[in-house]
Amino acid sequence: MKNIQELQDIATQIRRDVLRMVNSCASGHPGGSLGCADLFTALYFDKMNVEPENFTREGKGEDMFFLSIGHIAPVWYSALARRGFFPVAELSTLRQLGSRLQGHPSYHSHLPGVRAASGSLGQGMSVAIGAALAKKLNGDNNLVYSLHGDGEIEEGQIWEAAMFAGAKGVDNLISIVDNNGVQIDGRAEDVCGVKNLKERFESFGWDVLQCNGNNMKELLDTLEMCKQHTHKGKPVMLIMKTKMGFGVDFMEDNNGWHGKAPNGEQTAQALSQLKETLGDY
Amino acid sequence: MKEYKILDQKDTRSGFAEGLLEAGRENENVVALCADLTPSVRMDLFAKEFPNRFFQTGIAESNMVSIASGLALSGKIPFVGSFAAFSTGRTYDQIRQSVAYSDCNVKIAGSHAGITLGEDGATHQILEDIGLMRMMPNMVVINPCDFNQTKQATLAAARYNGPVYLRYGRPKVPVFIPEDMPFEIGKAITINEGKDVSIFATGHLVWQALEACKLLEAEGISAEIINIHTIKPLDNDAVLSSIKKTGCAVSCEEHMYNGGLGDAVAQLIVRNNPVPMEFVGIDDEFGQSGKPMQLMEHYHLMAEDIVGAAKKVIRRK
Repeated sequence: MKNIQELQDIATQIRRDVLRMVNSCASGHPGGSLGCADLFTALYFDKMNVEPENFTREGKGEDMFFLSIGHIAPVWYSALARRGFFPVAELSTLRQLGSRLQGHPSYHSHLPGVRAASGSLGQGMSVAIGAALAKKLNGDNNLVYSLHGDGEIEEGQIWEAAMFAGAKGVDNLISIVDNNGVQIDGRAEDVCGVKNLKERFESFGWDVLQCNGNNMKELLDTLEMCKQHTHKGKPVMLIMKTKMGFGVDFMEDNNGWHGKAPNGEQTAQALSQLKETLGDY
Repeated sequence: MKEYKILDQKDTRSGFAEGLLEAGRENENVVALCADLTPSVRMDLFAKEFPNRFFQTGIAESNMVSIASGLALSGKIPFVGSFAAFSTGRTYDQIRQSVAYSDCNVKIAGSHAGITLGEDGATHQILEDIGLMRMMPNMVVINPCDFNQTKQATLAAARYNGPVYLRYGRPKVPVFIPEDMPFEIGKAITINEGKDVSIFATGHLVWQALEACKLLEAEGISAEIINIHTIKPLDNDAVLSSIKKTGCAVSCEEHMYNGGLGDAVAQLIVRNNPVPMEFVGIDDEFGQSGKPMQLMEHYHLMAEDIVGAAKKVIRRK
């Protein structure tokens, strides 16, 4: 078990990785990646039962994670590499021709840790439900996690999936919404009325918890509560308040950094705010 | 010509029902999902015998396809079923990202395919589904011709490891393929050997091609009838060796020939051995309401139309 400080240090290194990765290929999505670095650290280094050295797609006997918002691939790739799924040095290949680190996650390129492609939004909750149903058929009590954006839930398929999971009591699933409140065209509430998420999901039959997703202690405690709420007849939802770009002052809560890579000068400025804790790749 | 007896009159969707049931008995990893059309697409037999392996998703085809992806990557063999219009057209993006690109062993069942859906009209009569699925890398496309072949194709799809689109229909049509005829994905079946023209047919039009063969024979024309049940991967050898012998080709399908079997055969021929070719199929238009056979006549998909195409292509040699 790692203590809070150690986990925070990992999250800081992941943020450095994200910035260096998107800067090196001059494209990608740093905003949501920075905002979710704490979650990925909490999941992969504390809460999830995973087997990095012995990754199997079928995931029998372990927890499974699905990233529905494929564009924040950089933070996932860094967390996977830092956890030992593949060599950290490979992070330097993001978005390059022939790389296993595709711009959006791909199973096709056989990167350990990734089980399905994502990028076209709204599909990941359904895929996670399928994996959760398979676990039930197999008598496997491990859990399935999925991560979504609050802009992403504008996609209709999310609500098809939410209705199904609630109606059928898919209670071995924890879906997390990164509620940073912003999307490409502006504030999510202005773009299409993204609000009252707790009430909306509760009305679809979910058990909904909330926390600050950029506070490691609170995140760990709430994820633990989420786990305790599983296997009780309802799917579990964590609405996690974060700031897009968290950890870099000029990127925080600014949707301009959703899908834009920082230039060299900006990257240097950002990295000066994030201590190198585990050694850069 | 070789004699084919009408053994029975049955719908191909019922062949799917029996095939799926048998696949379920053969392998406990086979599961099925349906979006509120369980009796129509004939998943009812499976659902009754294996209630724990059947998932009712409600009217939510996109969700159904992606759930199937999650089941498949976990080691299950899911069949998803809806009308072909919805199981391919409505869910194209889900099939593309979560099934084909993600290498998921999902079987997409499309019932009520083509114009013979009949009275429901163009919204439900998809004529583009073969093209949509054929264009997808990693996808196998099968369009069997009668009850017996559909049953065999369903079993073959379950045993095959990878995404498959299985297209079948609603009306009762002649059963003429022997129950024990071997079925191999990607291996065309020569229904009748001939020397003057190669007729490549798929789905319900295989029977029409056989009827055409009789009519042509009466006029002294020897037609080779080849049943292309698997449009992708196409049996290149079967097509090329037949046209080498006959020197001309006709494709027959209950689908747009743009993107369909005609397109696939034409591409192969043009690249390897260009010979005259004619197309029996839908020419860039939507369907409409009507009785199945009325529609077949209206859109020129009958034996007489195949005869006309055959004579025309022979003249062009």
